[in-house]
This record gives sequence, C-alpha cells and structure tokens, in this order.
Amino acid sequence: MNDVITRITMDELPGLAQKMFGEGQRLATLTAVDLGDGTLDLLYHFDKDLVLSHYRLTVPKDAVAPSISGVYFAALLVENEIKDQFGLNFSGLALDFGGHLYLADEVQNAPFCKLSLTKKA
Amino acid sequence: MFMTKNVLKNLFSKSATRLYPAEVRAPFKGFRGMLENAIDVCIFCKKCQLACPSQCLKVDLKARTWECDPFACVYCGVCVDVCPVASLSMRDAYRPVTGEREMIFMQGAPKAVKEKKEKKEKDEA
Amino acid sequence: MARTILPFGPQHPVLPEPIHLTLELEDEIVVSAVPALGYVHRGLEKLCEVRDFHQMIQIVERVCGICSKIHAMCYCQSLEEMMGADVPRRAKYLRVVWSELHRIHSHLLWIGLFADAFGFESLFMQCWRIRERIMDINEATTGNRVVVSVNVIGGVRRDLSREHQTWIGEQLKLVEKEVLALKSTIVSDYTVKSRTQGVGVLTKDQAHQLGAVGPVLRASGWAQDARMLGYAAFDELDFEPVVEVDGDCYARLAVRFREVLQSVDLVRQALTRLPEGEISVPVKGKPNGEIITRVEQPRGELMYYIKGDDTKFLDRLRIRTPTFANIPPLLAMLPGVELADVPVVVLSIDPCISCTER
Repeated sequence: MNDVITRITMDELPGLAQKMFGEGQRLATLTAVDLGDGTLDLLYHFDKDLVLSHYRLTVPKDAVAPSISGVYFAALLVENEIKDQFGLNFSGLALDFGGHLYLADEVQNAPFCKLSLTKKA
Repeated sequence: MFMTKNVLKNLFSKSATRLYPAEVRAPFKGFRGMLENAIDVCIFCKKCQLACPSQCLKVDLKARTWECDPFACVYCGVCVDVCPVASLSMRDAYRPVTGEREMIFMQGAPKAVKEKKEKKEKDEA
Repeated sequence: MARTILPFGPQHPVLPEPIHLTLELEDEIVVSAVPALGYVHRGLEKLCEVRDFHQMIQIVERVCGICSKIHAMCYCQSLEEMMGADVPRRAKYLRVVWSELHRIHSHLLWIGLFADAFGFESLFMQCWRIRERIMDINEATTGNRVVVSVNVIGGVRRDLSREHQTWIGEQLKLVEKEVLALKSTIVSDYTVKSRTQGVGVLTKDQAHQLGAVGPVLRASGWAQDARMLGYAAFDELDFEPVVEVDGDCYARLAVRFREVLQSVDLVRQALTRLPEGEISVPVKGKPNGEIITRVEQPRGELMYYIKGDDTKFLDRLRIRTPTFANIPPLLAMLPGVELADVPVVVLSIDPCISCTER
C-alpha cells in the first residue's frame, strides 16, 4: 500500500467531512469494497495539492451510513453508485436516485456483492 | 480579400479525404487486422484460449480444432504473443464486411504421434 | 413565472454519448439540472471477478474509447507497484509518448465536437483532419488506431524504431503547424468568443469544493495536474500545468488548446531523451494488498483502487473516471445558463459517459 489509511467510525464521519471541507480538501472519491462477511469497507479519498489522505469506515451491509453529500455535494453521485451496486443505504442523500442510478427499475438485487464466501474460493 | 488566399489554395489542392472504395490507403506494417492460425503448426495447447481477454477462442486438443469468433475478437494480439510455436499471426488487412455472422473453424490434421504408435505396434506384432 | 421541465438527452444532436438531464427552466433560463445515468453501464469493474489480472488490461482499455492507453497504463502501474516490478526506463518513456499522443487526439476530437456544438462545422472538420495524423501514428506504431493495447504489466509490448521516431517527429511538425494555423480561429474568433465567454462559469472555490478535475479544474485557476506526480517518465520531462483563471467555457477551450501544443512538446522531449534498453521485464507473482494510483487523462485525473488477495482474480477494482468527478461541477454550472447555451456548457466538461458509468 502506498498510502496510509486511517480507520474511522460512523460517528466520526460527519465531523471528519466538516473538518476536511474546512481545510480545503477536495473529495477525490469514495470506494466501497465488499469484505465478504456481511460488511463493507467504505474508503474516503481526499486530495489536497496532489497529496491523498484516506479514511476507512467499515459498515455492516444492512446499516444506514451517514451521507456526506450535505457537505461535499460531489459525494452524491458516488454514494448513489454504492447504493446501486452494494445495496448500502445512506441517510441524508442530497439527491436520491433510489438505487436506480445505473440500473433499470426492475433490478432488485445489488450486483456488486459477492453472493457468498464459497463462490470466491 | 481575407478569404482569397484560402479559396485559391482550396481550389488547387487535393481533397483531404479519399474516395474510399476506389482509393484505399496501404495498411501500415504491424497493423493488427485479421487473426490467422497456421493450423499445421498449431499444437492445440490452449494458451491462446486462456489468455484471450474476450474469450473468443475455443481450442479442443482431442478433436484438434481451433475456433475463433471474429465478431467477439478485440484484435489485441495477446494470443499471438503467448503462442509458443508462433502459429498465430495478425495480417495487416481489415476483415471484410459480411452479411451474416460466421465463425472461423479450423480442423487440424490427425495427430502425427498416433501414426508412430501404430507403426510401433505393427513392428512389435 | 411558471416553470417548464425540459428533458435534455439521452439522444441529442450535440451529445456523442447518452446522458439525460432534466432541466427546470424559468422562461429561457435554466434553474436546476438533475442528471440521469445508466444508458451505457456495462459493469466492467465486476468483470475482474471472472477475468484474470492480465486479461483485465484489455478490459480496462475499453472503459474509455478515447484514452484507452492511459487507462491501461494506470492499471499496469498499480500492479507493477504492487508486485514490485522495476519497469525499464525506455518503457516509461514510450508510455509517455503514447499517452501524450492520446491526449493530442482526444483534445483535437473535443475541440472539433465543441465547435460543432455551437455550429462551427468547418472548424470541426479541420480539427478532425489534423487528428487523423495522430491516428495514423497510432496505427503505425502500435497496430491499432484507438484501442492500442500496447501496455503489459512490466512494460510495453512494442518498441519504436529509429525510422518511426523520425517519422513521428515529421508528423508532429505538421500537426503543430496545422494546429497553430487554427489558433486565430479557436482562440480569437468572434463567433467562438461570443458563444463561450462568460458562459457556464465555475468559480475557483466552486471548482475545488465540487471536486472538479483536469481541464475543468485548471480553467478555474488551479494549477493541479496529476502528471506533476511524476509517474512514468514525467518526472524527467519539463512540464508546467496549463492554467486559465476565468472558469468559463472559453477558458476550458483555451486550456485544452494549449495542452495540445504542450503535449506535442512533451512527445518531442520524450523522443529526444528516449533511453536505449529493454522495453519490458517479466513480472512474477500475484497481486496482493491495496493500492491507489492516479494518472492524468485528457479529461482529468483518473484514479484506480485495486485490491488483490493473492489469487489471479482481483478482489476489487474501482475506477474513478474524470467525467464522474466532473458531473457535480456541471450541475453547478448549468443554473443561470440560457437554454441555447446548455449544449455548449455540457460539452465543455468533455463528457465521456461510457467512462462515467463503466
């Protein structure tokens, strides 16, 4: 790994977003990774003057993560994408596509989740 | 007045485009056009099938067949790079248009080793 | 005044690719814009579960048709760093050559399309005529015109012969001459100026807060270019990011126009300093761990997140394409714009929708 990833909890996230916004950090993007045991890693990548800082938030799939799109409007597309692909719900999305940003209305499941651990082996 | 130069230039210069079917530009050397297999050289090792990113190749060692779906092929040339006997090659010409979807199916000659075995068996008998 | 809802796209004469915007209008002025995506979503990130990491090179090239080389380069750089490969210097220089050629042809394509967006057909044709020289260089040196498939983990697949190098030099001279001949039309023409100046303004603060990247960010006064990170051979080449301060469509046009000339210069520098040696090294092992890599695409900063778990299939591949980051700034540019200027503003971010949705 070329950069350090700091772990954060769900309660710290809104405060962190505010702090980063105040420091003039640009939100590069979010990354969701399915860990395969019913939890997701949400990685928040911030950039300032070409230096990246990363924060890792591990959330259960059925949890509702706080959206940072109220602070960083740029987060709304990627949070909607995660909602589409991993089925993770966000509270307080600035613009909610309801899990159908890319997917057609009749698609019900989240395509990017691993079906089970056995499939990976 | 401002345009005169351009007008004159355009009047007496060649057009920037070609009248395509009548005038065809020669292909560049090393252009990846059509995928070809010299089936006599092919050893049916399946290396190309495993490396192909679009999974357009089907190789059967037992039946000694090599099949390519030219409509799924992405012309990346990876199969040519991994081929251990250099039986695969890329020809520098575009695949002509066709009216229907067709596969490239190649049947290799029966295994030469078999004949040797048969010979041996005959000799032993 | 009553508000009108107007659907813009997915099929629209100026859009090369499908994106839908629901525009709320007050008289002729846009009040708000809501995007709808999903017309070209292909699930390429998901494919990493069924294609091994060597095959993924060709798949990530197909994320974007115009800057295929740069996607593959970013992907290969990530895996090389992960598996500890020492890429030969000649390969790094060759990567610069091809990626800058891609930037030239992408920007020329965009200037053409942009001119077409405000009805300047002959400028469109001239730009695409010049672009054809770059496509020829691609075809002759890599074997294909657009999706060049020239990267491999550990280096590049093709070498440039001496004849090729001189020929590229000659062609670039012609490209530069022809682009400079268009300069007065692109940068100081009355028609171009009247349609682009002061339209779709993105202020310096807005650009940064909304996460704009690439020419959109640089046109708003930020000197930020992922090439400054010095990946491939960019650390050994002389290079200054192109910056404009106005933040309107004209500034974005000017940034891209100047970047064409800059890229021509970068290709020349890379060719003159091209070191001798190997073009690739064999890389053993399987990807393990996490990595984040950034490179500069014609449209902006491209970011790859790769997680490997020591198998031949990657655990997760996430691609943050530049247009994905530039859509929130676009939504901020549109309010206050006249309906007739919407196509110009939409095109000014150089939208690549197939990139965005992957």
